[in-house]
Amino acid sequence: MDSQIYLRNVSTLTYDASKCIGCSMCVEVCPHNVFSMNQKRAEIMDKDRCMECGACALNCKPGALSVKQGVGCASAVIWGFFKGTEPTCDCGAGGEASCC
Amino acid sequence: MDFSNLTLITPPRIDSRWSKADIRGAMRVRFSLGRNSYRVNPGLYKLGNPGKEAEVIVTANYKLSFDVVRKNLEGMDVWVLVLETYGINVWCAAGKGTFGTEELVRQIKDSRLDLYVSHKRLIVPQLGGPGISGHKVNEATGFKVKFGPVRAEDIRDYLAGGLKKDQAMRSVRFDLKDRLLLAPVEVVNSLRYLLYAMVIMVGISGLSSSGYSLADLWSDGIRAVLYLILAYFTGALLSPVLLPWLPFRYFGGKGMVAGFVAFGVVACLGWSSHPPLFFVGWFLISGAISSFLAMNFTGASTYTSLSGVQKEMRFFVPLQIAFVIVGLALIIVSKYL
Repeated sequence: MDSQIYLRNVSTLTYDASKCIGCSMCVEVCPHNVFSMNQKRAEIMDKDRCMECGACALNCKPGALSVKQGVGCASAVIWGFFKGTEPTCDCGAGGEASCC
Repeated sequence: MDFSNLTLITPPRIDSRWSKADIRGAMRVRFSLGRNSYRVNPGLYKLGNPGKEAEVIVTANYKLSFDVVRKNLEGMDVWVLVLETYGINVWCAAGKGTFGTEELVRQIKDSRLDLYVSHKRLIVPQLGGPGISGHKVNEATGFKVKFGPVRAEDIRDYLAGGLKKDQAMRSVRFDLKDRLLLAPVEVVNSLRYLLYAMVIMVGISGLSSSGYSLADLWSDGIRAVLYLILAYFTGALLSPVLLPWLPFRYFGGKGMVAGFVAFGVVACLGWSSHPPLFFVGWFLISGAISSFLAMNFTGASTYTSLSGVQKEMRFFVPLQIAFVIVGLALIIVSKYL
C-alpha cells in the first residue's frame, strides 16, 4: 500500500485543462506529485495523493486549478468546532500559539 | 513606503554552526517545550560573505527552521531572508497564511533587498507554496520566486545543480524517523487529559455494592492507571510509529485496532481474573482513547487532507464517544454485580 495516500475520492481538487498555460508551477509546488506535464499541459496523475494544501491553486496564474485549502488535522477540526470557525491550527494558549 | 529618511543598516551576519544552546533548544522543542517562543528576529541576514549575485534563501522565524537552514548552508555565501511567522515552521505557517505573499513582499521591501542583490531571484522553500503566490510576489516586487526543495538538506544540491529539482527533492516523505520525531509532541500535548482521565477512573474504582471501598479503590485503581497509560501510549506513540503497518486508511481505525490489541494482550497476560463486563468495558475505552489520539496524529502527518479528516471524524468521533459511555457503564455495572 502506498503509505502516502490517505482516503480515496475525498480531495476537492478541480482542474480546468482548457485554462492551462503550461507553466508547470503546479508540478513544482505540489509536495505529493499529483501533477505531471504532458505536451505542455498539466495533467492530474493521481488525485488521491492530494492533501489539499492549496499550493497549486495559489500558484496557478490562469486559475485553472482550485481546491478547498485546509489543514488535515483532527485537533484543528475540533478546535474549529468549539470556536465556531473553520478548522484552525490555533489550538490552546493564545492567538499566535500553534500545535504544529 | 518612503525609505529616504532611513539609514541602511548592514544585515547581521550569522554562522552555520550550531552552538550548544542551539542543540539543547532543538532537543527541547522536539518534546513540545517552549515551542511557541522559540524564535529569531525576522529580516535579512548574511551567511558568509554574500555578494550582489548571491542567492536569497527565504525561511520562517521558528528558530529550529532557521537553524536547520543555516546548518545546511555551511561554507556558502548567501542571503537569508526571515519572515515573521510567529515562531511557526514554514509549512504550518504557509497553511495559516503567515508565511505568505503579503509578509514576503513586506520583508523584501523593508529589508531593501534590491540594494543588496543585483538579481531578481528568491528561493522559497517549496512547502511555503500554500502561502506564497509566486506570480503575485513578482507583480508586487519584481522578484521571481523559485520554489526550492522541500527539505533544507537538499538546498546545497539544488544550488549546485542550477536551481533544478528532481522528484525526490520536491516530494514530502513521512518516514519512521519523521514519525519518531513528531510523536513525542503528541505524547506531551495531551498529558493533562491523561491525568484527568486517571482521576475519574481511579474515583470510579472505589465503587462497590457494599459502599465506597478503599480496597477496591486501590486494587482497581492501579489497573485503571495502567490501562489508561497503555491506551495513551498506544494511541499517541505506538500507532504513529506503526502507522503504515496498521490496518485501515483511517487513522482512527488504526488507533482503535492498536488499542484493542494492546489492551487484550496486557489484560490477558496480567490479570486473567477480570469480570467479563469489566474486561469489555476497558476494552472499549482502550480502543476509543487510542483511536482518538491516533486520529489526532493526522495533524502531524504529511499526507492527510482536511476533507479526509472530516470524513473520518464523522464516523470515528461518535464511535469513540459511544465506546467511552458504554465502557464506563459496563465498568460501573460490574462493580455492583
